Amino acid sequence: MSSFVDRRLSGKNRSAVNRQRFLRRYKQQIRRAVAEAVSGRKVADLERGERISIPAKDLSEPVFQHGPGGRRVIVHPGNKEFVTGDRIDRPKGGAGQGGRGGSPEGEGMDEFVFELTKEEFMNYFFEDLALPDLVKKQLTATPEVKKVRAGFVSQGNPANLHVVRSMKQAIGRRLAMAAGPRERLAEVEAALAELEAKGEGASAEADRLREEIAALEARVAAVPFLDTWDLRYAHRIDQPQPTSRAVMFCVMDVSGSMDEERKDIAKRFFMLLYLFLTKSYEKIDLVFIRHHTVAKEVDEDDFFTSRETGGTVVSSALELMREIIRTRYPSAAWNIYVAQASDGDNWEDDSPRCRELLINDILPLVQYYAYVEIQAEHPQSLWHQYEYVKAVNRNFAMQRILGLEDIYPVFRELFRRKASA
Amino acid sequence: MSSEPQKPQASENTPAPATTGPVMRRRYLSEGSEWTFDLLRLYDQEIARVAAHYGLDTYPNQIEVITSEQMIDAYSSVGMPVGYHHWSFGKQFMATQKSYKRGQMGLAYEIVINSNPCIAYLMEENTMTMQALVIAHACYGHNSFFKGNYLFRTWTDAEGILDYLVFARNFVAECEERYGEEAVEEILDSCHALMNYGVDRYKRPAKLSMAKEKARQRSREAYLQSQVNLLWRTLPPKEAAAKARQEERFPPEPQENLLYFIEKNAPRLESWQREIVRIVRKIAQYFYPQRQTQVMNEGWATFWHYTLLNHLYEEGRLTDGFMLEFLQSHTNVVYQPPYYSRAYSGINPYALGFAMFRDLRRICEAPTDEDHRWFPDIAGTDWVKTLDFAMRNFKDESFIAQYLSPHLIRELRLFAVLDDDAKDQLEIAAIHDDAGYRVIRQFLADQYNLGNREPNIQVWNVDLYGDRSLTLRHFMHNRRPLGDSTPEMLRHVARLWGYDVRIESVDETGEVELVGECLV
Repeated sequence: MSSFVDRRLSGKNRSAVNRQRFLRRYKQQIRRAVAEAVSGRKVADLERGERISIPAKDLSEPVFQHGPGGRRVIVHPGNKEFVTGDRIDRPKGGAGQGGRGGSPEGEGMDEFVFELTKEEFMNYFFEDLALPDLVKKQLTATPEVKKVRAGFVSQGNPANLHVVRSMKQAIGRRLAMAAGPRERLAEVEAALAELEAKGEGASAEADRLREEIAALEARVAAVPFLDTWDLRYAHRIDQPQPTSRAVMFCVMDVSGSMDEERKDIAKRFFMLLYLFLTKSYEKIDLVFIRHHTVAKEVDEDDFFTSRETGGTVVSSALELMREIIRTRYPSAAWNIYVAQASDGDNWEDDSPRCRELLINDILPLVQYYAYVEIQAEHPQSLWHQYEYVKAVNRNFAMQRILGLEDIYPVFRELFRRKASA
Repeated sequence: MSSEPQKPQASENTPAPATTGPVMRRRYLSEGSEWTFDLLRLYDQEIARVAAHYGLDTYPNQIEVITSEQMIDAYSSVGMPVGYHHWSFGKQFMATQKSYKRGQMGLAYEIVINSNPCIAYLMEENTMTMQALVIAHACYGHNSFFKGNYLFRTWTDAEGILDYLVFARNFVAECEERYGEEAVEEILDSCHALMNYGVDRYKRPAKLSMAKEKARQRSREAYLQSQVNLLWRTLPPKEAAAKARQEERFPPEPQENLLYFIEKNAPRLESWQREIVRIVRKIAQYFYPQRQTQVMNEGWATFWHYTLLNHLYEEGRLTDGFMLEFLQSHTNVVYQPPYYSRAYSGINPYALGFAMFRDLRRICEAPTDEDHRWFPDIAGTDWVKTLDFAMRNFKDESFIAQYLSPHLIRELRLFAVLDDDAKDQLEIAAIHDDAGYRVIRQFLADQYNLGNREPNIQVWNVDLYGDRSLTLRHFMHNRRPLGDSTPEMLRHVARLWGYDVRIESVDETGEVELVGECLV
């Protein structure tokens, strides 16, 4: 009277829709939580910062309840000390007392914590954002593919038939298939030659050997010269080809005036850009240039971790960047983006030179140039020069960042999706 | 009982060596912990045989083997095998998934659905022992309770529930397509908030089909009546008539089923919205018996898995290893931490229910003088019949009031604490002594009275000739006030009602006080 059903293979994501409903409903809170996760945590956490917590009161499902107060009796088990009529003090926030309790910042019951998948997290993070002016070199969702060679396969179309490989295969096969008979043939021929040497060439034994020789020769001859099994075809696979390639220059001041906190902010700014670009482009080259009085191209690790001291000559970095663009990233083939972070300190004499470099040499080559000035108490010489640059160039943006929590808004501001796009 | 593991009786404890015993030879159903479908069938047959021996009457079982992910799915849709979509189920799902992944929580061993056939889920990760435990617990324990208990017989329709849930899901999905997900979600949110106030508590059992037909006819009349609803009257009232009308309230008697009242009377709901209110109400009604019989239902199922499996063990069909594993999880389930333990979070319904059914059996089989004094009707009678009667005719509240014995009160060392905000200190109202037994029994029964646990809120009046505002009344019990969710709750009521909503508290002296207001 019982029936058994194996449901293990029927769909397991029955709650997926409800989960999406939940995420949609609490979009605002989740976005805020994501923004907080970004500003309040280490950069390294960002990639796996999918744990989101929302104040539980925001998503409570209320019911009519009794509040504290009034008169009530509760029965508990395990009495070991009380007798009727005992009076005891009220436990502080103790068991059985439903109530508020807990600070708004508190952990535990006051927070609803759940996991966002990495994709979901990234989607919240990058919502509404896109690199500007993509129209020029359109970035499409499906990348172009290019056929590239990938070895040989035994199935394919005739046009791809690879003659040399097929013949090689045939030789091997012929050798292998004829090996047995040939060996026997050699033996039999040797035996026949022996008989003939003894002068018994006409004996019945010799005739039998000759017959066998004939049979073996026929077998060897029957091995086909070329068999379908031998055929080999050149194999070609589709390799995704980014329709537009991007290179991003990260330029950072690592001079003595950039203290740890500022570097930290800059670091996060680049990290966000980096994450964004890896999401938007199939292929992005990253070039890290750090500078104090001299500029140097470094790898990613060095860029974020090294410490330098000394003064600041911003133009050194710009010159190096110009060189790299000229030699490695011709602007006809690359979308070039530059993100520069600095505390605004520069040698007075150098700032006008930076302006000239930008206007004449660099900005004509790049798609977009973003400059952030971190925790400068008041705008410094570089800022004033850059303001001039901004006035005459559309693809130049600049912004000041005061605290850790400003990064995210700045980032959004810099890369807000253009209405025209 | 709670602190010590349930010991099998002595005869079970001494394994009878196959060579010497005059008793039956041991023919184990299986050894080892792996399960197969053939084994599941075998165990099910054996358990069914023993259950029939004890006269358990069940719906046919449909036992479904699922994965742990599917179990989380099932778990988060409050045990409905088919459910409409709502974010709250997603929230539940995410919370369950998270704590399961982190190992903070094991999954429920079983979910069983009150339907005909009775659907029970087995998780594939479980061992053979656990599967057998779940089969005994869910497919014979809960199943027979669903079929036998008067509340379930009266209020739920095991035959039709799956069809109704399918209908509900499709209807909600259709509404989402037509009116947008947000609009449907708003209505559902408000209905869910009022779900506990969407049940009829004292309605008579459903009538026969003729009566149903008449009811339908009445509802058609009511529909025609609604076309001339006074709520829509816009003519200015005459002075004298108005005065007379002020006297009479609408509804004439207070109504406790808020959702029903709203479904039938809310002036501004569209018909699809009314249907959604109705769906939530129906589902609330379907789950209402489960909320009232938690202790009994779990106790009954636990008692029977314990009894059935021990019976099989006595017959020599189960290995010692099986029993040890079974007893280990059984004792975990029925553990009752004492009030001073850190693990204490109220009375464990499994523990209390199991202890009470065991105690009932004891009273029948080995009554003491005290039992004869307290339970003259049942002491020394056939325990199977007595338990069957108890299962069929009670809910938690009345079950405890009827059957909680002094013996068990002593064993659990129950005591009652009086918390009165008029006094500085808590007072111990009763303990397990002669003076206290009846007091504790009454207090514990009250504790399971849903009417005491939830504020008593009823529809009091609608201002028919004025601003159409709805007034709810909270009838205070022991001066307990409403909690701080009230303003939010009023917003939900107002969303459904469409006009202003007020709530008044009435204390025991009859004094009325306005405690909340939501103006639309």
